Amino acid sequence: MTMDNGQWTMDNEMQRQQGTSVRLDSVGKDWDPKILVFACQYCTYAGADLAGLSRLQYPTTTRVIRVPCSGRTNPQFVIRAFQKGFDGVLVAGCHPGDCHFSTGNYFTRRRYLLMTRLMEFVGMDPRRFRVCWISGSEGPKFQQVVTELTDAIRPLGPNHKLRDTELSSLVGGIGR
Amino acid sequence: MKKVGVFVCHCGTNIAQTVNCEQLAEAAKTLPGVAYSTEYKYMCSDPGQTMIKKAIEEHNLDRVVVAACSPRMHEATFRKCVNGAGLNPYLLEIANIREQCSWVHSDKTKATAKAEDLIRMAVAKALKNEKLTPSVIPIHKRALVIGGGIAGIQAALDIADTGYQVDLVEREPSIGGKMAQIDKTFPTMDCSACILTPKMVDAAQHPNITIIAYSEVEKVEGYVGNFDVTIRRKATCVDPVKCTGCGLCSQKCPSKTDSEFECNMSQRPAIYSPFPQAIPNKPVIDQEACRYFKTGKCKICQKICASDAVNFEDQDELVTIRYGAIVVATGYSLYDYNQYGEYGYGQYPDVISGLDFERLVNASGPTMGKIKRPSDGQEPKTVVFIKCVGSRDANRGHDYCSRACCMYTAKHATMVRDKIKDSQAVVFYMDIRTPGKNYEEFYLRAVEEYGVTYVRGRVSRIYMESGNLIVQGEDTILGTQILVVADMVVLATAMEAQPDAAEFARKIGITFDQNNFFNEAHPKLRPVETFSAGIYLAGACQGPKDIPDSVAQAGAAAAKVVALLSKDEMATEPIVAEVNTNHCSGCGFCVPVCPYKAISLKTLTERVHGSVAWGPAGKEITRQVAEVNKGLCQGCGACTVNCRSGALDLLGFTNEQILAEVDSL
Ligand SMILES: Cc1cc2nc3c(=O)[nH]c(=O)nc-3n(C[C@H](O)[C@H](O)[C@H](O)COP(=O)(O)OP(=O)(O)OC[C@H]3O[C@@H](n4cnc5c(N)ncnc54)[C@H](O)[C@@H]3O)c2cc1C
Repeated sequence: MTMDNGQWTMDNEMQRQQGTSVRLDSVGKDWDPKILVFACQYCTYAGADLAGLSRLQYPTTTRVIRVPCSGRTNPQFVIRAFQKGFDGVLVAGCHPGDCHFSTGNYFTRRRYLLMTRLMEFVGMDPRRFRVCWISGSEGPKFQQVVTELTDAIRPLGPNHKLRDTELSSLVGGIGR
Repeated sequence: MKKVGVFVCHCGTNIAQTVNCEQLAEAAKTLPGVAYSTEYKYMCSDPGQTMIKKAIEEHNLDRVVVAACSPRMHEATFRKCVNGAGLNPYLLEIANIREQCSWVHSDKTKATAKAEDLIRMAVAKALKNEKLTPSVIPIHKRALVIGGGIAGIQAALDIADTGYQVDLVEREPSIGGKMAQIDKTFPTMDCSACILTPKMVDAAQHPNITIIAYSEVEKVEGYVGNFDVTIRRKATCVDPVKCTGCGLCSQKCPSKTDSEFECNMSQRPAIYSPFPQAIPNKPVIDQEACRYFKTGKCKICQKICASDAVNFEDQDELVTIRYGAIVVATGYSLYDYNQYGEYGYGQYPDVISGLDFERLVNASGPTMGKIKRPSDGQEPKTVVFIKCVGSRDANRGHDYCSRACCMYTAKHATMVRDKIKDSQAVVFYMDIRTPGKNYEEFYLRAVEEYGVTYVRGRVSRIYMESGNLIVQGEDTILGTQILVVADMVVLATAMEAQPDAAEFARKIGITFDQNNFFNEAHPKLRPVETFSAGIYLAGACQGPKDIPDSVAQAGAAAAKVVALLSKDEMATEPIVAEVNTNHCSGCGFCVPVCPYKAISLKTLTERVHGSVAWGPAGKEITRQVAEVNKGLCQGCGACTVNCRSGALDLLGFTNEQILAEVDSL
């Protein structure tokens, strides 16, 4: 699936129409997937704040949950986010070697290699899930990562795989 | 019923221009659990805070959500505010609708919808918030300084002067560090010993300082205020109480070995003090060099000692002492230039290091202060200095600049010109870095008054030709190759971390950077603290540093120690991991995950109530469960994810709280 200059190729659009029962208007070109970010409070949360200070714009469908350390992010939280209808999840923390808690992000790294495998195993597109390192001084990187993730998930369409059944009809639960 | 109050801040127009605050406050009223909601121009201002306090009282609120700027900005402010109204500070939540909403979006409808969600999340979390109380830990009023170089000595003196007891642990037989080996010091050229040895004596005589020399830290347990440190006192074989320090034993000792203090340029006896002004001024026996320890025969020192102080049976001794705070001042070591093939792999005796040069010009050094080259004892006429050997050289050495070398090379070159008639001093350099008070002036004096020749360029090779050292380099300013026939070459070798720095850091529980220098908690704002509360840094162990900077940092570290020790007890952050012992299976997986060694297994003895899987009712059983040391736990939560039985949770960021946030959306 490719995206040229922000335009969706026909087969994408068709695939989406055929493959899902989602209302077309909610998955059009300007449909923004809902992204949940678990941000460590020492680096990435500070980086997100810096993006704010620098007035860097990114999609309004991004939500951030503050955790003390990326290593606090239980895979259960990620799964729950998908169940609750998020289309993508990002776990972000300090760069390796910079963890405020010295080793927390190494656990994150190892854990989420496995997490990606689990995603494949249950049949979720692993591209919906990302781990990355954003420091407190990388406001532009925060903007870039959430924007890129949003762009990368858009062609995948809404997440229907792990979503709780009663939510399936409620596309666009957030950012209404 | 829990009653949440929501307070929406306009932040002037910072929030209000992209988020409809009135609409937000209205919408918040409809959220489950919300009993009251309002908006105001500046929530953090005095009237804003009063408004919150009043609302808490009037509406009996027991949870507060402030929708405003980042919690990193004003969480502390609002925690204090709700506490002022009698609420536990941890019952407050912040919805970050400024940095993470109004400032990053421009579409007012979408931004307002997002802000609504952020409030929804904060309310959901707040409903699960519980009162948290900091625990109080006692502060043991004694400090430990590890490393007795200038940084350690200064830190010990500064702490001791305020009245607290300090132990200064040094692994060599004497304190003093590298500064004791240096001859004169830039930029004033005062003699190093003249300014260092009085400080060493002050430390030795200070009623609050105990010098524990020839000793190393073996183990550190505990946490801020309560470190239990095990120190290994290496066997000195000399009873420090009986010994008068007369030095007769050293004179008569028949075993000789290279003197580390003199950079192996002269010999010392096996029973020795590293240098005449050593403190403590009691010799130790180097068992590897001692004839008695090698052959079982000799004991000359014992026979001639009038005070019967020599004891060959002496053994290493382990002592455990409790400290409230620790200063690490273990200093640096020097890059081994033998790795530079083009400088002769260390095979040319007249290619020496800067520290060797310090000993060569020192009046009490191996040559009594006459600059004589090592190979034949002749006075060198042409001395070449090469800077950045192992510094700013990613290939063979380190990326970083060692900071002191430009200055000490200028110092050395000046000394050559000063002490040797008709001499030439040629310095090869990449850049000249002299950021320090009176440093540039010092360098200019070397060039203008002392006529030192500075050549900009790298030396590509040193080789021997008919008994002479030929230094082949490039003058990048003139763009020509140059050859200098040199009598001696002095290499300004990089300052690097101690070879055992990484191991040492792990032992005491601090972190180190890519070059094995110890990490400060923040490069700008917390330069002497480490990530481990109660452990501070001073001197070159944190990064290359000259003496003025080492001393300044030592003073800063001492101030931090004193601030800590001046309290009888301290409150700890209540955001720590907690074990539900009912659920804990005692598997112990959490133990190795904790970077602070805060989790251990303990045995629980309990009587079984009702019939459970592991035993009939009424039976007394013992089982293992995890236990979190609240003083050590820093609240990262790594253990909670690892816990297989779901018994571990992080207060303030519980599974329930985070899931409530996810679920609210
Ligand atoms: C050739 C040369 C010339 C210099 N000239 C000057 C100058 O003129 N002016 C100037 O300002 N600076 C000069 N410097 C820099 C100066 O040497 C340093 O700034 C200073 O020595 C740093 O002091 P320190 O206490 O941090 O470290 P150190 O002097 O290295 O002292 C560290 C001490 O800790 C001890 N130690 C190490 N590990 C342990 C352990 N695990 N347990 C117990 N003890 C331990 C060591 O034995 C040592 O005594 C020069 C440096 C060099 C190489």
